[in-house]
Amino acid sequence: MGFPDRIERTMQLAHPPAKVWAALTTAEGLGTWFGNEAEIDLRPGGTAWMKWDNGNQVDLRVERVEEPSVFGFTWHIYGLPDEDPRRTYVEFTLEPDGGGTQLTVVETGFAQLLGDDHQVAYEGNTGGWTSELGELTTYLDAA
Amino acid sequence: MPSQSERGPAGHGHTDMEAVAEQVFAALADPSRRAILAALAAGGPATATDLALRLPITRQAIAKHLTLLAEAGLVLAEPGERRRVRYRLQSAPMHAAQQFLAALARDWDGPLGALRDHLDSEGTP
Repeated sequence: MGFPDRIERTMQLAHPPAKVWAALTTAEGLGTWFGNEAEIDLRPGGTAWMKWDNGNQVDLRVERVEEPSVFGFTWHIYGLPDEDPRRTYVEFTLEPDGGGTQLTVVETGFAQLLGDDHQVAYEGNTGGWTSELGELTTYLDAA
Repeated sequence: MPSQSERGPAGHGHTDMEAVAEQVFAALADPSRRAILAALAAGGPATATDLALRLPITRQAIAKHLTLLAEAGLVLAEPGERRRVRYRLQSAPMHAAQQFLAALARDWDGPLGALRDHLDSEGTP
Protein backbone atom coordinates (compact mmCIF):
# COMPACT_ATOMS: atom_id res chain seq x y z
CA MET A 1 0.00 0.00 0.00
CA GLY A 2 3.00 2.30 0.40
CA PHE A 3 2.55 3.91 3.77
CA PRO A 4 3.33 7.63 3.73
CA ASP A 5 5.56 8.46 6.70
CA ARG A 6 7.33 11.27 4.88
CA ILE A 7 6.19 13.96 2.47
CA GLU A 8 8.75 15.69 0.26
CA ARG A 9 8.51 18.45 -2.33
CA THR A 10 11.25 20.24 -4.27
CA MET A 11 10.72 23.36 -6.33
CA GLN A 12 12.85 25.81 -8.27
CA LEU A 13 12.21 29.45 -7.46
CA ALA A 14 13.47 32.39 -9.55
CA HIS A 15 14.41 34.34 -6.44
CA PRO A 16 17.61 34.43 -4.38
CA PRO A 17 17.81 32.43 -1.14
CA ALA A 18 17.75 35.54 1.05
CA LYS A 19 14.39 36.59 -0.36
CA VAL A 20 12.92 33.09 -0.05
CA TRP A 21 14.28 32.86 3.49
CA ALA A 22 12.51 36.08 4.43
CA ALA A 23 9.22 34.77 3.06
CA LEU A 24 9.56 31.56 5.10
CA THR A 25 10.78 32.95 8.41
CA THR A 26 9.14 36.33 8.99
CA ALA A 27 5.69 37.19 10.28
CA GLU A 28 5.06 39.31 7.17
CA GLY A 29 6.00 36.44 4.86
CA LEU A 30 4.14 33.64 6.63
CA GLY A 31 1.11 35.88 7.18
CA THR A 32 0.86 36.57 3.46
CA TRP A 33 1.40 33.33 1.55
CA PHE A 34 0.68 30.73 4.27
CA GLY A 35 -1.67 32.09 6.92
CA ASN A 36 -3.64 35.31 6.95
CA GLU A 37 -1.77 36.47 10.04
CA ALA A 38 1.36 35.19 11.75
CA GLU A 39 3.88 35.77 14.48
CA ILE A 40 7.23 34.08 14.89
CA ASP A 41 10.02 33.98 17.44
CA LEU A 42 12.78 32.85 15.09
CA ARG A 43 15.15 30.80 17.23
CA PRO A 44 15.42 27.11 18.19
CA GLY A 45 12.76 26.55 20.83
CA GLY A 46 10.87 29.67 19.83
CA THR A 47 7.18 29.54 19.07
CA ALA A 48 5.21 30.82 16.12
CA TRP A 49 1.59 30.82 15.08
CA MET A 50 -0.45 31.31 11.95
CA LYS A 51 -4.12 32.26 11.83
CA TRP A 52 -6.59 32.10 9.03
CA ASP A 53 -9.66 34.23 8.43
CA ASN A 54 -11.87 31.16 8.93
CA GLY A 55 -10.69 30.93 12.55
CA ASN A 56 -8.16 28.11 12.13
CA GLN A 57 -4.88 28.50 13.92
CA VAL A 58 -1.71 26.41 14.02
CA ASP A 59 1.09 26.72 16.55
CA LEU A 60 4.66 26.03 15.51
CA ARG A 61 7.68 25.22 17.60
CA VAL A 62 10.85 26.35 15.84
CA GLU A 63 13.60 23.70 15.87
CA ARG A 64 16.33 24.67 13.37
CA VAL A 65 17.36 28.11 12.20
CA GLU A 66 20.44 28.18 9.93
CA GLU A 67 20.05 31.30 7.83
CA PRO A 68 19.61 31.20 4.88
CA SER A 69 19.76 27.42 4.36
CA VAL A 70 17.69 25.42 6.84
CA PHE A 71 14.47 26.24 8.68
CA GLY A 72 12.76 23.52 10.71
CA PHE A 73 9.73 23.45 12.98
CA THR A 74 7.20 21.04 14.45
CA TRP A 75 3.44 21.30 14.50
CA HIS A 76 0.34 19.35 15.47
CA ILE A 77 -0.72 16.38 13.33
CA TYR A 78 -3.70 17.22 11.16
CA GLY A 79 -6.92 15.46 12.13
CA LEU A 80 -5.91 14.50 15.65
CA PRO A 81 -7.57 16.00 18.73
CA ASP A 82 -5.99 19.28 19.81
CA GLU A 83 -4.80 17.70 23.07
CA ASP A 84 -2.79 15.03 21.24
CA PRO A 85 0.87 15.85 21.87
CA ARG A 86 2.26 14.18 18.76
CA ARG A 87 3.75 16.51 16.16
CA THR A 88 5.32 16.23 12.75
CA TYR A 89 8.59 17.91 11.80
CA VAL A 90 8.80 20.19 8.78
CA GLU A 91 12.19 21.17 7.37
CA PHE A 92 12.80 23.68 4.58
CA THR A 93 16.18 23.55 2.83
CA LEU A 94 17.28 26.38 0.55
CA GLU A 95 20.08 25.89 -1.98
CA PRO A 96 21.37 28.57 -4.36
CA ASP A 97 20.57 27.63 -7.94
CA GLY A 98 22.04 30.11 -10.38
CA GLY A 99 20.36 33.36 -9.38
CA GLY A 100 17.47 31.49 -7.87
CA THR A 101 16.78 28.95 -5.14
CA GLN A 102 16.06 25.26 -5.00
CA LEU A 103 13.61 24.88 -2.12
CA THR A 104 12.94 21.50 -0.55
CA VAL A 105 10.35 20.83 2.14
CA VAL A 106 10.23 17.53 4.00
CA GLU A 107 7.62 16.65 6.58
CA THR A 108 8.16 13.54 8.71
CA GLY A 109 6.63 11.89 11.74
CA PHE A 110 3.31 10.53 10.50
CA ALA A 111 4.42 7.06 11.64
CA GLN A 112 4.02 8.16 15.26
CA LEU A 113 0.30 7.58 14.91
CA LEU A 114 0.89 3.87 15.38
CA GLY A 115 1.57 4.40 19.06
CA ASP A 116 2.42 1.65 21.49
CA ASP A 117 -1.07 0.19 21.57
CA HIS A 118 -0.78 -0.96 17.95
CA GLN A 119 1.38 -4.01 18.63
CA VAL A 120 -0.30 -4.92 21.91
CA ALA A 121 -3.85 -4.84 20.61
CA TYR A 122 -3.24 -6.22 17.17
CA GLU A 123 -0.88 -9.10 17.86
CA GLY A 124 -3.36 -10.62 20.29
CA ASN A 125 -4.34 -13.92 18.70
CA THR A 126 -8.08 -13.49 18.63
CA GLY A 127 -8.68 -15.19 15.28
CA GLY A 128 -9.69 -18.68 16.36
CA TRP A 129 -11.66 -17.66 19.42
CA THR A 130 -13.74 -15.01 17.73
CA SER A 131 -14.60 -17.41 14.90
CA GLU A 132 -16.10 -19.79 17.41
CA LEU A 133 -17.89 -17.03 19.21
CA GLY A 134 -19.22 -15.75 15.93
CA GLU A 135 -20.80 -19.10 15.24
CA LEU A 136 -22.19 -19.20 18.77
CA THR A 137 -23.68 -15.75 18.29
CA THR A 138 -25.34 -16.75 15.06
CA TYR A 139 -26.74 -19.85 16.75
CA LEU A 140 -28.08 -17.89 19.76
CA ASP A 141 -29.49 -15.09 17.64
CA ALA A 142 -31.35 -17.59 15.48
CA ALA A 143 -32.90 -19.28 18.53
CA MET B 1 -12.75 -8.65 3.63
CA PRO B 2 -9.37 -10.43 3.99
CA SER B 3 -9.28 -12.57 7.13
CA GLN B 4 -6.28 -12.83 9.40
CA SER B 5 -5.44 -16.30 8.08
CA GLU B 6 -5.55 -15.14 4.46
CA ARG B 7 -3.02 -12.44 5.11
CA GLY B 8 -0.34 -14.92 6.07
CA PRO B 9 2.04 -14.83 9.04
CA ALA B 10 2.10 -11.64 11.08
CA GLY B 11 5.03 -9.48 10.04
CA HIS B 12 6.71 -6.61 11.76
CA GLY B 13 6.88 -2.92 11.06
CA HIS B 14 5.31 -1.49 7.98
CA THR B 15 3.97 -4.65 6.36
CA ASP B 16 1.90 -5.37 9.43
CA MET B 17 0.72 -1.76 9.66
CA GLU B 18 -0.32 -1.71 6.01
CA ALA B 19 -2.32 -4.90 6.51
CA VAL B 20 -4.08 -3.34 9.49
CA ALA B 21 -5.00 -0.18 7.60
CA GLU B 22 -6.17 -2.31 4.67
CA GLN B 23 -8.61 -4.11 7.01
CA VAL B 24 -9.97 -0.77 8.16
CA PHE B 25 -10.52 0.52 4.64
CA ALA B 26 -12.15 -2.77 3.59
CA ALA B 27 -14.44 -2.57 6.60
CA LEU B 28 -15.41 1.05 5.96
CA ALA B 29 -16.18 0.36 2.29
CA ASP B 30 -19.46 -1.32 3.26
CA PRO B 31 -22.28 0.99 4.47
CA SER B 32 -23.69 -1.56 6.92
CA ARG B 33 -20.28 -2.08 8.48
CA ARG B 34 -19.81 1.70 8.66
CA ALA B 35 -23.12 1.93 10.52
CA ILE B 36 -22.12 -0.86 12.91
CA LEU B 37 -18.70 0.66 13.66
CA ALA B 38 -20.23 4.10 14.10
CA ALA B 39 -22.84 2.70 16.50
CA LEU B 40 -20.13 0.97 18.56
CA ALA B 41 -18.06 4.15 18.63
CA ALA B 42 -21.02 6.29 19.65
CA GLY B 43 -22.69 3.96 22.14
CA GLY B 44 -19.99 1.60 23.37
CA PRO B 45 -19.87 -2.21 23.32
CA ALA B 46 -23.08 -3.87 22.16
CA THR B 47 -24.54 -7.23 21.23
CA ALA B 48 -25.79 -8.09 17.77
CA THR B 49 -29.32 -7.84 19.19
CA ASP B 50 -28.71 -4.33 20.57
CA LEU B 51 -27.40 -3.19 17.21
CA ALA B 52 -30.32 -4.75 15.33
CA LEU B 53 -32.69 -2.71 17.48
CA ARG B 54 -30.85 0.51 16.67
CA LEU B 55 -29.92 0.02 13.03
CA PRO B 56 -31.99 -0.63 9.89
CA ILE B 57 -30.06 -3.87 9.30
CA THR B 58 -31.25 -7.41 9.94
CA ARG B 59 -29.83 -9.25 12.93
CA GLN B 60 -28.45 -11.97 10.68
CA ALA B 61 -26.58 -9.43 8.58
CA ILE B 62 -25.26 -7.69 11.70
CA ALA B 63 -24.04 -11.01 13.14
CA LYS B 64 -22.32 -11.83 9.86
CA HIS B 65 -20.59 -8.43 9.72
CA LEU B 66 -19.54 -8.61 13.37
CA THR B 67 -17.95 -12.01 12.79
CA LEU B 68 -15.98 -10.59 9.85
CA LEU B 69 -14.99 -7.49 11.82
CA ALA B 70 -13.85 -9.64 14.76
CA GLU B 71 -11.77 -11.87 12.46
CA ALA B 72 -10.17 -8.73 11.06
CA GLY B 73 -9.34 -7.44 14.53
CA LEU B 74 -11.51 -4.32 14.28
CA VAL B 75 -13.90 -5.38 17.03
CA LEU B 76 -13.26 -7.61 20.01
CA ALA B 77 -15.85 -10.15 21.14
CA GLU B 78 -16.38 -10.10 24.88
CA PRO B 79 -18.42 -12.65 26.83
CA GLY B 80 -21.32 -10.85 28.48
CA GLU B 81 -24.30 -11.58 30.70
CA ARG B 82 -26.40 -14.66 29.97
CA ARG B 83 -23.82 -15.84 27.37
CA ARG B 84 -24.58 -12.83 25.18
CA VAL B 85 -21.50 -11.79 23.25
CA ARG B 86 -20.79 -8.05 23.21
CA TYR B 87 -18.58 -6.47 20.60
CA ARG B 88 -16.15 -3.68 21.43
CA LEU B 89 -14.61 -1.40 18.82
CA GLN B 90 -10.80 -1.63 18.67
CA SER B 91 -9.24 1.78 18.18
CA ALA B 92 -5.65 0.66 17.52
CA PRO B 93 -6.30 -0.43 13.91
CA MET B 94 -7.96 2.93 13.32
CA HIS B 95 -4.67 4.63 14.19
CA ALA B 96 -2.94 2.85 11.32
CA ALA B 97 -5.63 4.04 8.91
CA GLN B 98 -5.48 7.52 10.45
CA GLN B 99 -1.76 7.72 9.75
CA PHE B 100 -2.39 7.04 6.09
CA LEU B 101 -5.08 9.71 5.99
CA ALA B 102 -3.10 12.29 7.99
CA ALA B 103 -0.40 12.35 5.33
CA LEU B 104 -3.02 12.57 2.55
CA ALA B 105 -4.81 15.38 4.37
CA ARG B 106 -1.68 17.52 4.50
CA ASP B 107 -1.68 19.90 1.54
CA TRP B 108 1.76 21.28 0.65
CA ASP B 109 1.09 21.90 -3.01
CA GLY B 110 -1.40 24.66 -2.24
CA PRO B 111 0.85 26.62 0.15
CA LEU B 112 3.96 26.15 -2.01
CA GLY B 113 2.11 27.48 -5.04
CA ALA B 114 1.05 30.45 -2.94
CA LEU B 115 4.68 30.97 -1.87
CA ARG B 116 5.79 31.11 -5.49
CA ASP B 117 2.99 33.55 -6.38
CA HIS B 118 3.87 35.72 -3.38
CA LEU B 119 7.56 35.87 -4.33
CA ASP B 120 6.76 36.57 -8.00
CA SER B 121 4.38 39.37 -7.10
CA GLU B 122 6.87 41.08 -4.81
CA GLY B 123 8.95 42.14 -7.81
CA THR B 124 12.72 42.45 -7.92
CA PRO B 125 14.27 44.45 -5.06
